Amino acid sequence: MNGSAIALASEVRSGDRSARDVVEEALAKIAAGDPEIHAFVEVLADRALDRADEIDRAVASGSDPGPLAGVPVALKDNLCTAGIPTTCSSKILEGWRPPYDATVVERLRAAGAIVVGKTNMDEFAMGSSTENSCSGPTRNPHDHDRVPGGSSGGSAAAVAAGFVPLALGSDTGGSIRQPAALCGVVGMKPTYGVVSRYGLVAFASSLDQIGPLSASVADAAVTLEVIAGHDHRDSTSLEAPAPDVVAAVDRGVEGKRIGLVTELVDRTDPDVAARVRQAADALAAAGAEVEEVSIPQFRYGLAAYYLIAPAEASSNLARFDGVRYGLRVDAPDVAAMNVATRTAGFGPEVKRRIMLGTYALSAGYYDAYYAKAQRVRTLVSDGFAYAYTRFDGLLGATTPTTAFAIGDRTDDPLAMYLSDTCTVPANLAGHPAISVPFGTDQGGLPVGVQALAPALGEPMLFALAGALERAAPEPGGRNP
Amino acid sequence: MSAGGARPPSQPPVIGPEQVAHVARLARLELRDDELTRFTEQLASVLAYAAEIAELDVGDLEPMAHPLPLHNVLREDEPQPTLDRDVVLAEAPATEDRRFRVPRIMGEEP
Repeated sequence: MNGSAIALASEVRSGDRSARDVVEEALAKIAAGDPEIHAFVEVLADRALDRADEIDRAVASGSDPGPLAGVPVALKDNLCTAGIPTTCSSKILEGWRPPYDATVVERLRAAGAIVVGKTNMDEFAMGSSTENSCSGPTRNPHDHDRVPGGSSGGSAAAVAAGFVPLALGSDTGGSIRQPAALCGVVGMKPTYGVVSRYGLVAFASSLDQIGPLSASVADAAVTLEVIAGHDHRDSTSLEAPAPDVVAAVDRGVEGKRIGLVTELVDRTDPDVAARVRQAADALAAAGAEVEEVSIPQFRYGLAAYYLIAPAEASSNLARFDGVRYGLRVDAPDVAAMNVATRTAGFGPEVKRRIMLGTYALSAGYYDAYYAKAQRVRTLVSDGFAYAYTRFDGLLGATTPTTAFAIGDRTDDPLAMYLSDTCTVPANLAGHPAISVPFGTDQGGLPVGVQALAPALGEPMLFALAGALERAAPEPGGRNP
Repeated sequence: MSAGGARPPSQPPVIGPEQVAHVARLARLELRDDELTRFTEQLASVLAYAAEIAELDVGDLEPMAHPLPLHNVLREDEPQPTLDRDVVLAEAPATEDRRFRVPRIMGEEP
């Protein structure tokens, strides 16, 4: 899209441009580009245009449709949309139309945003490449032979390709930040409990958070203010007002103590590490006190994550039994029907995670794996807590590598899981984190730099992200 | 491998095909023979990686199930509207008399 979400909303609110015109531009770009990229699994052209006309009528009658008036938004397909298919890119939910909207969808609409479509993802958000989708992979707009990252790869690609200025994703172990980094856009995971999970199809409930993907840090900030805040329908929703982050974006980092985390840079590709160190230097030049810090506990985060997340998933996905919604494969009795439905409906990665989680929770292995992983989760949180006695924010890479080739890691789950090594610590601790584009590697592929802050430290996080964005090298990339 | 730590050297598999078949049964999944072989290799590789925490001495740390110290989040015990029954049933694979219909439950073990 031409223009940021903030600029588009401003034009629509002032009557300078109609929401219909904005939505028509988005739909035209999707129609032209998405057959190749495959960011969307469903485009809602008619509904979006109807909604745009409503917004335009509201503006004409003198009322303010809200801070995202007329802004086209893409939603990851694990966010429930009333009456609109919500598949999680899984055969087991093909055609399912949720009877209600997710809280974030309600809040986006109330702010004037216009949902133009649902985006492709790794099935049930399990993956780091958007290749585990029943409708096929999404392509990275910067190089069509490479993955966009995942699991929110469709949302990241939709923003990177310029189809929409804004999208929502979900982040359980990096699923917003990692694709944002690989696609050269901003992706933010809020503090656990800041954004309601009501209407997000659950993967790992103690880790999942919904957050924005956008072309700019300011757009992510506006979106977070819209979707955050207490919701009585999510019992893990914090009793706290939405964080005040829009004002923080331009605040600067002068005098702030920033820790460059050794473990989030030392095992990344040299090009990625070089960009992260360049970002650290830029923050120092902007007045921050930057110092390298080792948080050795982070080394164990990934192993703990790949026991905890599958364990929770194996429990959450037990609900897909062919009884109340979604696919049913008929069989003579109910137990055989459950087996036939789940065997036909789940893809290989989902089956792997369910089995891994079932194993980690099973008698004889619970203490060695699941209980141990929960203690390591405490260890990682303690590592953060110690670092935050000395630092206001932390810095590192978002991903160990830039975008990899489609098909490269599909036969080696462990190699795929290692994509998440820099992002899982924030999920384990429940802290906020953001990926900001910061130049490219030597091949022209985007590099993401990750900023982290303590729980409810969103204002600090956005101040840091704003400073990174202002210091970032000119956008590179091969195509867009 | 450029990131995330070296893979442990070829350790003996910590999970074998019998265990994978058992876990699949518990999870209500059916595996073909070739799937059983492939999943066993893949799960063994992931568990070998996870084994690096199995050796950590963290016995004195409290297990952390959740990032928030939340307990018993309750609402007032007052009736509130729920989803419309017909709207919910409209998404079911099979219904009868405004209820979910399923194949027989009683009878011989499958």
